[in-house]
Amino acid sequence: MPVTVRVPTQLRSLTGGVGEVAVEASTAGEALRALDALHPGLAERLFEESGSLRRFVNVFVADEDIRFGAGLETPVAEGETVSIVPAVAGGA
Amino acid sequence: MADATVTALVCRECGRTYPLEALHACDWCFGPLEVAYEYEAIGARPLREEIAAGPRTIWRYRALLPVDDAQPVELGGGWTPLVRAERLAAELGLGELWLKDDTANPTGSFKDRVVSVALTKARQLGFKVAACASTGNLAASIAAHAARAGMVSVVLVPKDLERAKTAMAAVYGATVVAVDGDYDEVNRLCIELVAEHESWAFANVNLRAYYAEGSKTLAFEIAEQLGWRAPDHVVVPIGSGSQLTKIAKGFDELGKVGLLTGDESAGVRISGAQAEGCSPVAAAFERGSDAVRPVRPSTIARSLAIGNPADGYYALQSVRRSGGAVESVSDAELLEAIGLLARTEGIFAETAGGVTIAALAKLAAAGVVRRDERVVAIVSGHGLKTVEVLGAAAEPCATVPPTLEAFEAAVGEGLTERAATEEVLACR
Repeated sequence: MPVTVRVPTQLRSLTGGVGEVAVEASTAGEALRALDALHPGLAERLFEESGSLRRFVNVFVADEDIRFGAGLETPVAEGETVSIVPAVAGGA
Repeated sequence: MADATVTALVCRECGRTYPLEALHACDWCFGPLEVAYEYEAIGARPLREEIAAGPRTIWRYRALLPVDDAQPVELGGGWTPLVRAERLAAELGLGELWLKDDTANPTGSFKDRVVSVALTKARQLGFKVAACASTGNLAASIAAHAARAGMVSVVLVPKDLERAKTAMAAVYGATVVAVDGDYDEVNRLCIELVAEHESWAFANVNLRAYYAEGSKTLAFEIAEQLGWRAPDHVVVPIGSGSQLTKIAKGFDELGKVGLLTGDESAGVRISGAQAEGCSPVAAAFERGSDAVRPVRPSTIARSLAIGNPADGYYALQSVRRSGGAVESVSDAELLEAIGLLARTEGIFAETAGGVTIAALAKLAAAGVVRRDERVVAIVSGHGLKTVEVLGAAAEPCATVPPTLEAFEAAVGEGLTERAATEEVLACR
């Protein structure tokens, strides 16, 4: 089903500057893989070699961090947005 | 030999290297950057002699700090007392207990360690504006050090912070901006501001790799003050998790460069302390999880009220690797602990210190911190910064007219009777 993936500024060099990409997917993982299929090179920025999400890459589905949901298996409903948000360290 | 022992910034996650500039996150994987040292070259130097000849400040450990400067930006922070706490130990059922009294720093908290490092580096890189996101202690320290260095400072804090903290920053001359939000929102705003104001040195954003290293000096001082011996167990408050992570790193480094006596580099247990109203790291520890789930803070321990701790993951790793634990305490427990610490040892701690002592008490009761261990608790900030939370505990017991009768009626023999039950310690 059609969903939207929101791409952060830091990764837009790989999407030709585009911040929102429409893909077909039913889980967060599928959405990110579909994004990589359209814009090769994204997957290695998002995933470890083991296939797990990199520690400082956060992914939100409907504003919920998928780490506290079903991870990459977190379902995405039609029209929902999958947001990639780098967890850039800062703070006391 | 400027920075001869510091080689690069390295991503903690993917290992990519970067030049020693105002960079804090990896372009590739977004991991935090950390300063890399040439430990072999450092270890080959006569370090104990160099340190012994150095100033009684954090800068005696120049060899293991990320910026080398003959005249650092400082107010004399560091080399705070490590005091044996016999009366508190007896109360908690512990044996050898020490307190690292960082209330004695120039602006009243451990932040003087990290800020001195950050602003020395900032000045070296040519920055003229010092900035930070702060829960209060950092703001005061940034403002004071910037004043000392002739830099302009701007500090962002959550609104309705303790009065003393914002007052200090304002009087030192900082532009103090209270943000209508919690610390995590202030922090996010600062991350955005860094991109807009490249000529500003945010101590805990673009200068964070250098800044955080300052906390290692807590480990260095503790070991040196114990005669170059590592303690068995250290209890550290957790806000962002940076202080705990860097104390663990500090002890590791002492082992690497051969500064410890014997084989004690192995096995300093590190335990963390959080307030229940903001305990994402304690919760992850309890769950046995690596993922620190952000929370919305609700605690009087404002200096630790960070719901999305940047180094939460690394703090967890340090605790688990060392065989420690993370404990959380209620606001009532931390208030009781502030009183206990002050009454037994004469040290007045802010709320974060209350969290640490209350967590120490719980860990001792649970047998996690043991009676046969040499234990050090970090008291990270001064109690005058957070007096408003103390309520009646900070008030006089009576207000009387200036007459003998009135005094005796209010106080009577109670004081003398109480003194009779105390055991006065000889020559501490």
